[in-house]
Amino acid sequence: MENLKEKSREYRRNILKYIYKAKAGHTGGSLSCIDILNVLYNEVLNVSPETFTSPDRDRYIQSKGHCVEALFVVLADKGFFPESDLETLCKYQSHYIGHPTRKVNGVEQNTGALGHGLPMSAGVALAAKMDNRDYRVFTLMGDGELPEGSNWEAALTAAHYKLDNLCAIVDLNGLQITGPTKDVCNTEPLDKKFESFGWAVRHVDGNDVVALKEAFDALPFEKGKPSVIIAHTVKGKGVSFMENDLKWHHGVPTEEQYKIAMQELSTAP
Amino acid sequence: MGNEILKAPIGGTGAANQDVFSATLQELAATDRNIVVVTSDSRGSGKLVPFGKKYPAQIVEVGIAEQNLVGMAAGLASAGKKVFAVSPACFLTARALEQIKNDVAYSNNPVKLIGISAGVSYGALGSTHHSLHDFAVLRAIHNMTIVVPADSFETTQAVQQVAASEQPYYLRFGKKPMPLLDETGETTFQIGKGRVIRRGSDVAIIANGETVFPALQAARKLATENGIEATVVSMHTIKPLDEKLLSELALECKAILTVEEHSVNGGLGEACASWLLKNRYHKPFDILGIPDEYTVTGSQVEILNHYGISESGIASRVKTLLNTLT
Repeated sequence: MENLKEKSREYRRNILKYIYKAKAGHTGGSLSCIDILNVLYNEVLNVSPETFTSPDRDRYIQSKGHCVEALFVVLADKGFFPESDLETLCKYQSHYIGHPTRKVNGVEQNTGALGHGLPMSAGVALAAKMDNRDYRVFTLMGDGELPEGSNWEAALTAAHYKLDNLCAIVDLNGLQITGPTKDVCNTEPLDKKFESFGWAVRHVDGNDVVALKEAFDALPFEKGKPSVIIAHTVKGKGVSFMENDLKWHHGVPTEEQYKIAMQELSTAP
Repeated sequence: MGNEILKAPIGGTGAANQDVFSATLQELAATDRNIVVVTSDSRGSGKLVPFGKKYPAQIVEVGIAEQNLVGMAAGLASAGKKVFAVSPACFLTARALEQIKNDVAYSNNPVKLIGISAGVSYGALGSTHHSLHDFAVLRAIHNMTIVVPADSFETTQAVQQVAASEQPYYLRFGKKPMPLLDETGETTFQIGKGRVIRRGSDVAIIANGETVFPALQAARKLATENGIEATVVSMHTIKPLDEKLLSELALECKAILTVEEHSVNGGLGEACASWLLKNRYHKPFDILGIPDEYTVTGSQVEILNHYGISESGIASRVKTLLNTLT
């Protein structure tokens, strides 16, 4: 597990590195969700560059597409493309735009508009059931995107079709661009909402790789029900002056801030 | 009369295009278990109840939730299913437009979007149920082919061709029984290629969907009563537009009239006008569609008649257009 924790620090450094180079990116959210992606790609998902076109691969669809830097650094680490490609992030004519796109190897769906990941994931999960395949589908949602009605349309359908091969993870960092999520549009009690929609729910510390792995290992939480992991995270996690500070939603560090942040992320806490 | 291809009796009632769609899909599903229909409480209006009974494992009901309909359809298609997402055109292309744009077109998931009861098919149910915007919005979305068959022959062919294709499509159907526009079987149907229903050198009438038949009636009326020979084209594919045919029509005919069951803004007419002007074909040209106003109340036929999308209305519009030449 120490390796996994070190991997998270490495990913955080790379997120900042490429956001700093691109002078653009969603810093806070990428840092809040990176432990989830770390555990998914290194411990859970049955997918690799070699198996990416296999019909039996596990699928990961990132609904909170704006935190693409987290996805890109993980995909690069897993060998889907050379990490040096990320030097072009958000640059003129680059495939590496500010949201997931299938032009990048390893990306399942083009996302970025919010509230799209869950319906598409439910469709893929339903296809698995129809074809008697045992792959699983994971989608990462932000807590800020939950008011999108399409999420709840899909939540109904996923339960209706008993999609226990579907797992939604809510990166609950509590902050969105306008302010605290509970002040913008309160979605609590979130667990009870999902439960009442027919989902099996589990809370987890979303920045604790050990706790995350335990939760993923326990899937499905209930046979015949889709699972949702409510991952309690900290926006800007890992860099002291970014944590829980809204200005880092898509803030780009100055040279000095970048050096301090990289210093903080260079050693185990 | 001109050297007309059509031999079907005018005024005969055939099957409604959306019924033909459903029947064709049943045939395809018989040999292809990957065909999946997704509906939003719309299997009744889509005439898909028999399909659902015959192939219960190949129909997915999502309830009245069009965004989820298209999002799930995209997911199913990405996992290898041949997906037909069926919903009234008015809801499908407005409520789920972002899912069409992102989950289908942009992500390149080969969903076949089926807009049923399109145009003003719902008549007096009013504007909420009319789709007079769908050509316009979908034309502006890259990677979306738009097909509007005129009769059962075109519908059957279109459904078979899109089922065999791994691209996204939007097919638009009405529920009015349509006469077969060609019984000879001599003509071919190819998506992206307009179908010439009748030939004449005075004027070209370019129509699609359920307006092709009144365009043909008008052409016959013009020939009989006025000695005006009209070419009638079923421009079933709006995008990509058959540019070759357009240029031929512009060279052969003195004037061009487009007819569509859609707003005059952004549809077939403007697509043709744009291409013709850009390519320096300066012809007398007019667009007949639903004007930019709150639509009059009435049945589909009454609404279309009101705006001149009818045998006499189209004939009259052609005569006005040709008068500009003198």
